[in-house]
Amino acid sequence: MSGWSQIKGRAVALDARNVDTDQLIPARFMSQPRDQGYGGFLLHDVRSDDAGHVLNRYAPQVLITRENFGSGSSREAAVYALVDFGIKAVFAPSFGDIFSSNAVNNGLLPARVTEAEIDALIDRLGDDDAAAFVDLGTGEAEIAGTKLQFSVDPVWQQKLINGWDDIDMTAQYAAQITEFRGKRLAAHPWAMPTTD
Amino acid sequence: MSAPLTTVHDVPRIGLHDVPRTMLDKLWDAHEVLRRDDGTSLLWVDRHLVHEGSHHGFAKLQARGMQVAEPLLTFGVVDHYAPTRAGEMARDVRHMIDTLARNAAATGIRLFDLRDPGQGIVHVIGPEQGLTLPGLLINCGDSHTSTHGAFGALAFGVGATEVAHILATQTVWQKRPKTMRIVFDGTLSPGVTAKDMALHWISRLGTGGAQGFAVEYAGPAVEALSMEGRMTLCNLSIEGGARLGMVAPDEVTFAYVKGRPFAPRDHAAACADWRALGSDAEAVFDREVTFDAAQIAPTVTWGTSPEEALPITGVVPEAAQSTLEYMGLDAGMPLETVKVDQVFIGSCTNGRIEDLRMAAAVLRGRKARVPGLVSPGSAIVKKQAEDEGLAQVFVDAGLEWADAGCSMCVGMNGDLVETGKRCASSTNRNFKGRQGRGARTHLMSPAMVAAAAVEGRLADVRPLLEGRL
Ligand code: SF4
Repeated sequence: MSGWSQIKGRAVALDARNVDTDQLIPARFMSQPRDQGYGGFLLHDVRSDDAGHVLNRYAPQVLITRENFGSGSSREAAVYALVDFGIKAVFAPSFGDIFSSNAVNNGLLPARVTEAEIDALIDRLGDDDAAAFVDLGTGEAEIAGTKLQFSVDPVWQQKLINGWDDIDMTAQYAAQITEFRGKRLAAHPWAMPTTD
Repeated sequence: MSAPLTTVHDVPRIGLHDVPRTMLDKLWDAHEVLRRDDGTSLLWVDRHLVHEGSHHGFAKLQARGMQVAEPLLTFGVVDHYAPTRAGEMARDVRHMIDTLARNAAATGIRLFDLRDPGQGIVHVIGPEQGLTLPGLLINCGDSHTSTHGAFGALAFGVGATEVAHILATQTVWQKRPKTMRIVFDGTLSPGVTAKDMALHWISRLGTGGAQGFAVEYAGPAVEALSMEGRMTLCNLSIEGGARLGMVAPDEVTFAYVKGRPFAPRDHAAACADWRALGSDAEAVFDREVTFDAAQIAPTVTWGTSPEEALPITGVVPEAAQSTLEYMGLDAGMPLETVKVDQVFIGSCTNGRIEDLRMAAAVLRGRKARVPGLVSPGSAIVKKQAEDEGLAQVFVDAGLEWADAGCSMCVGMNGDLVETGKRCASSTNRNFKGRQGRGARTHLMSPAMVAAAAVEGRLADVRPLLEGRL
């Protein structure tokens, strides 16, 4: 995964709370291999019921939405759908916990801003798109002419900027892991599943 | 590509024990390989459970040419796509199941496949097989992994990238969540179950109510629950925003675990360790909430989020037009007048033997007015229900008795609710489209689903249970 530090693109608003991962990608698409691209599955059912849906009219890099975005199922496919659609950052007051980790693992920024800021942005954007600039390093953004500060976990910020990969990062601790394993199983033999 | 964020230090392990600790602290400390200066911990994973949906994780591992680090601590199960009725399997369903079988065979993972007598939903069979134990850290690429916390385990769902990481290293990077204790005082009334406790707290605190917290359930009404009930309660933690839910292990837990296939042979020695896991009496939680169990009524959801739940005696409230439209309801309608088209009993929330017993207690000698599907949580639950005569009760009532799997909870195997149809369901998510495109889901306990079947509408189970409990 390659890192990024700035977005210069377009933003749209999705005026809904609790947009869960079942909506982001309905379960029936999840047997598809990734290399076909998941962008077409993003919010599939709402989009296909509504030709004028904002995501049918624009191809934004930034999504503005309400609280608890990405709640529910741990399906990382929800993030693939967003990323393959071209989205690099989602701004919301809060996110589903597992969704946030999945997002960061795929280069997608879950940026937290206040509810009041979201209200104002959604008002401003309405059903149209607007220019968006996001600076991951400084935690600043300008969307539809409004400047704002967002918060993101500093570890995630570094991961996103550098495109760091956890498996590579963990490799350097292999010796500590092996030592820990030995100690744990010696002290707690019951932790090993019994096999006859 | 790879770089440490900051320096690493070993976790101090001495002296800690003078400070009162919560169960989360104890479990966390016992699994922390190291902690980076930024506060992220590398945790040792005792059990990693995979299912068909883990194919992205395996693909990532293969793309890097890596092996599964601990095949003996990794277990696979066919559940999400498992067919529950006889007949031809759809091509993509067959493909998903075959892919898991191929990955398991290639990596030396014990797989509970469709023919295995231990097959079932991952969160049902983990405990049933004795793979789930107090004191373990358990991960699975599924958000309802919180279920296993019912045993006093640190159990949470992860995404596909994390699945690949665990496969490769048997560890997971996590930040320690804040602690929250949800206390249920008092005693549940007859006909009120763990499902109602869960829907109750989520409706009060909201789906974001426990975001960022690890929830420990405590209090007399929790202690009084069976393991099945505790699993239902912990299962739904994620619907309240918590990645983790747990209950301190006690004699009920130990008795459940004893003698299960993968459980420790030296039960007594393990229990000695496990007895120390509960939160210390003086331990301080970041947040504490108390409910009175006696005040909880049978609860149903009316909307498209688990927080949109009310006592069955309530009326549909004013709500977003899009929600009411999707659900085909009008504000002000008494919930008990809402007609259902079908029912579903099953899932990792409420597909265990006790759930089926409760539903059968309502249905015995009665007929369902609407069609419905009953899918036991595992092949073992299925057999037990047949031996106890519960399956016959369902069939006599006019419901379909199916095989074990996730089934109509998520519809991946084709068990779907049709567009516009209304389903009373013992599952965990009433999200738009969850049970099928345009499907209208009402979540409730299995007993309440049975009541809805008998009445053909959302109904209070309490009168139907009189003299039957
Ligand atoms: S039963 Fe439903 S919630 Fe549980 S693991 Fe299966 S799909 Fe997920």
